[in-house]
Amino acid sequence: MATKYTLPPLPYGYDALEPVISAQIMTIHHTKHHQTYINTLNNALASQAVATDKNDIVSQIHLQNTINFSAGGHINHTLFWENLVPASSPSAQTHVASKLMAAISARWGSLEKFQEKFNAVLLGLKGSGWGWLVQDTESGNLEIVTTKDQDIVPAGKKPLLGIDMWEHAYYLQYLNDKGSYAKKIWNVINWKKVEERFVGGSDSVFGTLAGLRSNM
Amino acid sequence: MSATLLRTSTTARSALRAGASRRAAAMASMSFVRGKATLPDLPYDYGALEPSISGKIMELHHKNHHQTYVNSFNAASEQLAAAEQKQDIQAQIALQPLINFHGGGHVNHTLFWENLAPSKNGGGGEPTGKVKTAIETSYGDFASFKTKFNTALAGIQGSGWAWLVKDNETGQVQIRTYANQDPVVGKYTPLLGIDAWEHAYYLQYQNRKAEYFSAIWDVINWKAVEQRLK
Repeated sequence: MATKYTLPPLPYGYDALEPVISAQIMTIHHTKHHQTYINTLNNALASQAVATDKNDIVSQIHLQNTINFSAGGHINHTLFWENLVPASSPSAQTHVASKLMAAISARWGSLEKFQEKFNAVLLGLKGSGWGWLVQDTESGNLEIVTTKDQDIVPAGKKPLLGIDMWEHAYYLQYLNDKGSYAKKIWNVINWKKVEERFVGGSDSVFGTLAGLRSNM
Repeated sequence: MSATLLRTSTTARSALRAGASRRAAAMASMSFVRGKATLPDLPYDYGALEPSISGKIMELHHKNHHQTYVNSFNAASEQLAAAEQKQDIQAQIALQPLINFHGGGHVNHTLFWENLAPSKNGGGGEPTGKVKTAIETSYGDFASFKTKFNTALAGIQGSGWAWLVKDNETGQVQIRTYANQDPVVGKYTPLLGIDAWEHAYYLQYQNRKAEYFSAIWDVINWKAVEQRLK
């Protein structure tokens, strides 16, 4: 039997990100949406174990889609909760991320220009997906990329900061005004965590999720 | 009929041509003013589909979401026309995803509003005549069809639509899902579309999308579906 994945507790209260993200959104997003990805993933992995035992390669291939989607949902949301923090926290201050800020300024000119670019990329998503600040693991360069639906960032890119642009991430509060959500979320970014990811290796980013990632 | 669907410029004509004539009857309400796509009026009030779909959802969905697709499609069409004028092929190719997404959003929502109806105006129930026969040929009976359709809707990974379509080669109907705003074009004719984007149900159903998929059958306009099958 494969490992059962469980919902990680939020590192802050459901209302801790208000007024940027409402407690209602956070509660549903964490206890319902994220939990559903985990449940689906556990079921799919159990089916995959059965198919593997039976040498049923066709079933194994058919399950890849569900595993990609639900495992991606689990990984992406876990990274997302970690890279958010209440605005009042010292970790929300940009000066705690001095190495990253220097790299962002070198790449985009300033934090503001980077944020403008990032928001334009977020608003350009056609359908559900995520915007990411990533670091290329070979060149070390910073890049802004998007992944569709629950795809994780591709191999060779280390995710530093992820923003959920599924409608469920903002709709109860912002309705169709996703531009305001994309703007305001910068107030609750955990720059301390993003800096840790920047200076650490990929394993430190994914933590206990690393084993899961290599299965995908 | 197809003339009313298409802008006079060859630009937009090429963008919307695929399948347009087949869909002409289905999209009679899609109108263009001075060569621009415009938001069609809803054929019923915003609150008319309650309790299946709340008035607030319908209003935002029509006035904001659909309008944004219309605006963005027109903007992309203008850019496309300019790129054609300049014979800038790279720019024309680069604009295709925007034409597909926003044009698809306009087409899909227009078809969606038309294939819904308040129950007091005949929405809901079961199809009759040709549609009933076509569904039974492909799916055995209406209950099995509905179950399969709802499974298809629930299986969409991300934003998208589920459609009952007619295969133009075989004449048979089938359920197909499309990602994001990809429109039903090419070898299929759209008969019945259900919007599975979260904005279509979230204010009322939140993550309980199965309840939305179950409730929407009470407001399906089977007469519109039958007209599209003809």
